[in-house]
Amino acid sequence: MLAASYFFPIWTIDLNAPQYPEGMGLRIWADEIRGAGEHDLNNLNKLNHYIGMKEIDPDAIPELKIIPFIILFMVLFGAVVFITKNKKLLLAWNIILILFLLIGLYDFYMWEYDYGHDLNPNAPIKVPGMAYQPPLIGSKQLLNINAVSLPGIGGILIFLSLASASFSYGVEYIKSKRVKNVK
Amino acid sequence: MLKKNLLAPFIFSVMLSIVFIGCADNGSKPGTSDAAEKVYVAPGEYDEFYSFMSGGFSGQVTVYGLPSGRLFKVIPVFSQFPENGYGYTPETRPMLQTSYGEIPWDDAHHPELSQTNGEVDGRWLFINANNTPRVARIDLTTFETEEILEIPNSGGNHGSPFTTMNTEYIVASTRFSVPIPQKDVPISSYKENFQGTLSFIKINPDNGHMDIAFQILVPGFDYDLAHAGKGPSHGWAFFTSYNSEQANTLLEINASQNDKDFIAAVNWKLAEEYVKQGKGKEYKSEYYSNRYNNETHTAVSEKREKVLILDPADCPGLIYYLPTPKSPHGVDVDPSGEYIVAGGKLATVIPVHSFSKMIKAIENKDFISDMYGIPVIKYESVIAGEVENCGLGPLHTEFDGNGYAYTSAFISSEVVKWKLGTWEVVDRIPSYYSIGHLMIPGGDSQKPFGKYLVSLNKITKDRYLPTGPELCQSAQLIDISGDKMKLLLDFPTIGEPHYAQAIPAEKLMNKQVKIFELEKNKHPYGVKSEKETKVERKGNDVHIYMTTTRTHFKPDNIEGVNVGDKVYFHITNLEQDWDIPHGFAVKGMRTAELLIMPGQTRTAVWEPQREGVYPFYCTDFCSALHQEMQGYIRISGKNSNTKLSFN
Repeated sequence: MLAASYFFPIWTIDLNAPQYPEGMGLRIWADEIRGAGEHDLNNLNKLNHYIGMKEIDPDAIPELKIIPFIILFMVLFGAVVFITKNKKLLLAWNIILILFLLIGLYDFYMWEYDYGHDLNPNAPIKVPGMAYQPPLIGSKQLLNINAVSLPGIGGILIFLSLASASFSYGVEYIKSKRVKNVK
Repeated sequence: MLKKNLLAPFIFSVMLSIVFIGCADNGSKPGTSDAAEKVYVAPGEYDEFYSFMSGGFSGQVTVYGLPSGRLFKVIPVFSQFPENGYGYTPETRPMLQTSYGEIPWDDAHHPELSQTNGEVDGRWLFINANNTPRVARIDLTTFETEEILEIPNSGGNHGSPFTTMNTEYIVASTRFSVPIPQKDVPISSYKENFQGTLSFIKINPDNGHMDIAFQILVPGFDYDLAHAGKGPSHGWAFFTSYNSEQANTLLEINASQNDKDFIAAVNWKLAEEYVKQGKGKEYKSEYYSNRYNNETHTAVSEKREKVLILDPADCPGLIYYLPTPKSPHGVDVDPSGEYIVAGGKLATVIPVHSFSKMIKAIENKDFISDMYGIPVIKYESVIAGEVENCGLGPLHTEFDGNGYAYTSAFISSEVVKWKLGTWEVVDRIPSYYSIGHLMIPGGDSQKPFGKYLVSLNKITKDRYLPTGPELCQSAQLIDISGDKMKLLLDFPTIGEPHYAQAIPAEKLMNKQVKIFELEKNKHPYGVKSEKETKVERKGNDVHIYMTTTRTHFKPDNIEGVNVGDKVYFHITNLEQDWDIPHGFAVKGMRTAELLIMPGQTRTAVWEPQREGVYPFYCTDFCSALHQEMQGYIRISGKNSNTKLSFN
């Protein structure tokens, strides 16, 4: 499940505006950022230059190079857990994945914060007090654009793999307690 | 007492006529909420049909929605279009190239949709130019003219472009006969020297490219209109002719003398055989093929030098003449392919020929004579029926696919509905005024969409708010879904809506090109990014490789250009977003403004005349900072040494 997450967007940001009834959006993958439509990223950068937002350039985000390795590491680690059937390792796998997730979400938030706040002071459109940080999850109105941010299929798969691993650890834990009690 | 006795019936008849007039008015004036509902397309909703109307003397094609009658687009075809630079820019000027040089206008009459298996397929729209004989092809993914082919050995290309049932060919007949090849002879030697041609233009099924496969030399009549056979008559094409009198002056009298003129039935499958057998003769004929390419964003003109001509004298069985009353105009083949309906514009009946009877008559050699070696079939042996009481001046017929035909009557200004097979008139409705063609979506194909009929009218007089001496021409939408025709809507059109074609919206709307891929832009002066922009001098020519994007030009300051230079602004629109064209104009430019679609490159040519600094700007309201989208070019004196610079 975790391995499959590499093949789907982890997070999605969908944007709607009066001039874009068909919508546009971003799809954040483990290793890249793409537009929902072929030219969406390019078009979004064009729109963002009015408010002075930096161009979203996937090559300038180092995390996108690291995340695939983290996923690979976790998949291999998971395989080891599966083969050894070691409970402690399972627990460790769960904790590490939770840590990575928290770090990842924090990192994602920081990037959003950075894009939303680090604006070119010479931008044509300046609205006092206005920042353009899209929400981490949920929807938010940013001038004429309504941004909706949600986990993608990849993100859901990561959560599901965490949930199932935690569940199996929980089952194992309860089982072992029962065994102890019986003894 | 006597007086009183007479008065009563008189008053009664006056009242009766008022009642009748009143009824007629009620029938023709919609004004009812019922009609309004049928044509109302709510804001944000789509029409059921795209309708393509010829602009007649405007030389263009217009696109309207049905049933709303809303105008979506004017497609420039044969006439220059300063609004977007068509026919002015180096990219599009080659489209208007002919053997007479560039011709910036024409008279466009008959739009024709391509067909597959006898049904409109939405690949291309063809349209003819009457004056300087040409045929154009419009691509229906871009709604742009992609090709124009000149037709040699033609005096005027009225009878075109009509398609065969798989668009193997579109056909074209010459309206005026002329000496072929052209030569300097007395006009009075008409009978001896003048001839006509019927052209068969092969359509490449992969890219739509048009090439003249062969022409057929025919006697010197006027050839008017045409339609190809379908179903059983597939392989044949039918051309009307008038002036079988071969008059060369005062045709309105002199060409109206013969009781019958002819429909020429051409066996084009046999013509293909004769071509294979080498029966065709190559004629030296100069003409142009102009093709536009969506990757170079440029049209290329190619001169052609010869054409293959078949002479019926060498090709027995190629053509038969069907005698047809009184200067026939339209010739329309019903969806079954069996009936060939002629519009004898001076006749009192609509003659309908039978294809199967024609074949039998040919087998039996049931001929009454021959004209210049072409057998004339006996009228009684080929006629299936005559529609009586068909109105005055019947011109054109289309079909609803439910066994009915609808004929336009120009002089009595009405649409007449009649039944195929019984030939009886079942309904009629006035048109306002002087209907020429009429159109049912798919109405000349094997699969008509018999819900609406559009009457295409020449005269509008009191129908709209008057606008001085020149009034609009108009279209009228008529509901033909019931037994009785009902007038739903009048709407004015651009130019003359000579003829039209229509296609269900779903066949086109989902295959529209939204942008041109910048990556595929192969324009020799196109650039892919702002980094590649530059200015180059080659002698007195200055080439500016410029880009547009929201909301600036790059470069937007240019210096080092002198009076006497020729400046080429090659502008690439870097946008890759739908509905974001940019425009361009520089002060004093004597060509035309540009509209540049996303991913496209267009060139404006400007010859600065006086020193100074000249602004240029975007002419298409592109975005919030459109008004900031501007720049300057500095013009120095002749031979000045101002350094070439730009940023």
